[in-house]
Amino acid sequence: MSPTIGRVLVVGASAAGLAAAETLRREGFEGEVTLVGAEPHPPYDRPPLSKQILAGEWEPERLALRADEHLADLCLDLRLGATATGLDVGAREVRLADGRSVGFDALVIATGVRPRRLPGEGAHVLRTLGDALALRNNIGAGKRLVVVGAGFLGAEAAAVARGLGAEVTVLEPAPVPLAHAVGAEVGAVLAQAHLDHGVDLRTGVSVTSVARGGVQLAGGELIAADEVLVAIGSLPNTEWLEDSALTIDNGVVCDEYCAAAPGVYAAGDVARWHNPLFGESMRIEHRTNAAEQGMAAARNLLSQGAPKPFAPVPYFWSDQYDMKIQAFGYLRGHEEIAVVEGSLAERRFLAAYRTGDRVAGVLGVGVSPKALRPWRQAIAAQAPWSSVAG
Amino acid sequence: MRIELDEPKCVASGQCVMVAPEVFDQREDDGVAFLLTEEPEPGQLDDVREAVAICPAAAIRLLES
Repeated sequence: MSPTIGRVLVVGASAAGLAAAETLRREGFEGEVTLVGAEPHPPYDRPPLSKQILAGEWEPERLALRADEHLADLCLDLRLGATATGLDVGAREVRLADGRSVGFDALVIATGVRPRRLPGEGAHVLRTLGDALALRNNIGAGKRLVVVGAGFLGAEAAAVARGLGAEVTVLEPAPVPLAHAVGAEVGAVLAQAHLDHGVDLRTGVSVTSVARGGVQLAGGELIAADEVLVAIGSLPNTEWLEDSALTIDNGVVCDEYCAAAPGVYAAGDVARWHNPLFGESMRIEHRTNAAEQGMAAARNLLSQGAPKPFAPVPYFWSDQYDMKIQAFGYLRGHEEIAVVEGSLAERRFLAAYRTGDRVAGVLGVGVSPKALRPWRQAIAAQAPWSSVAG
Repeated sequence: MRIELDEPKCVASGQCVMVAPEVFDQREDDGVAFLLTEEPEPGQLDDVREAVAICPAAAIRLLES
């Protein structure tokens, strides 16, 4: 049997960490809960950073994930501006950058990811509130913005910047944006949306560095810019765990219960866990997963005798120009796409994704979000492809 | 208890409808959530709290009436 848990430490005070801390209380845990966050702000929401915050539609106060009084009700030992620098699993202790240590009986690791960068100085990235505000002050009308990377973040930022009147160039190494995430056919639709909105989208180009006045391409060409946003993906924040006994492999490696070691759990962008619904090890950088996994980790932490596998149907959305993109499932590695409603050409469609002989995902653009829900059920039920498409 | 839904924040994910279908629904056209009841029954509170926690837009609050 597991020892009694008196102190839980949650490292990471964004969506996943907050969800874990809050769930501990909702489940009746009355011991100490320490929530450590590297940023100075109380937990705030990130998806609006590349949308309403960048567009200047919202002020930062709207990002608060919980009202102050609600946070206070959780009776947390909330330590903001505190960076974890090391973990000793045996001694049940996390070291902080200020030299202090925090002991625990059980730990939730939710340290998230940070943006990948390019060599060279002066480029923006977009992960934190500070990043978003710095960019928003510099992408008005007439500015030349170069976005490196046509993933979700880069595409959303490009769309907002066009809306503000900036001249936008998007540079993408792949032939089609987001092909690995949504497939070449849907990626081509998203590419066309950029072109239709006046973005200079250049695919198949490799950027080697940020240079004075722009970015340098592999062939030597300089693409001029007033501002550069590098949006080429993220790296999990696991360096502080290197000397711990945990297995790190593009994330904190966990079992299907989100456990990385006895009494040690991981959740959110930083966690790589085995999702039994898809039979795959995955690390998901989507907002809904952060909350769901934080909740699952907290519940398993408290019910060590009878943990539940964390087997979610992943979900993401993205707002680009006038398109709302929504998807359920695990689209990566899919083998076939079938448009089951609408058409790609109209930019209004529902597409189903096949992996093996089952429906693994669904993605909708411009359709009623309610239309996706039966597909989510089919994915959760591991429905065979032949029953829904094909 | 009373539910407050910040409609402009809603991203139409439908997560609330999936965990508390007696309390939340989505508009047909844009999927934005709406309340079927502002004051849930005591037996619905656990589901509502789950919806508050799971909402990816932090658009739902549960307040003392």
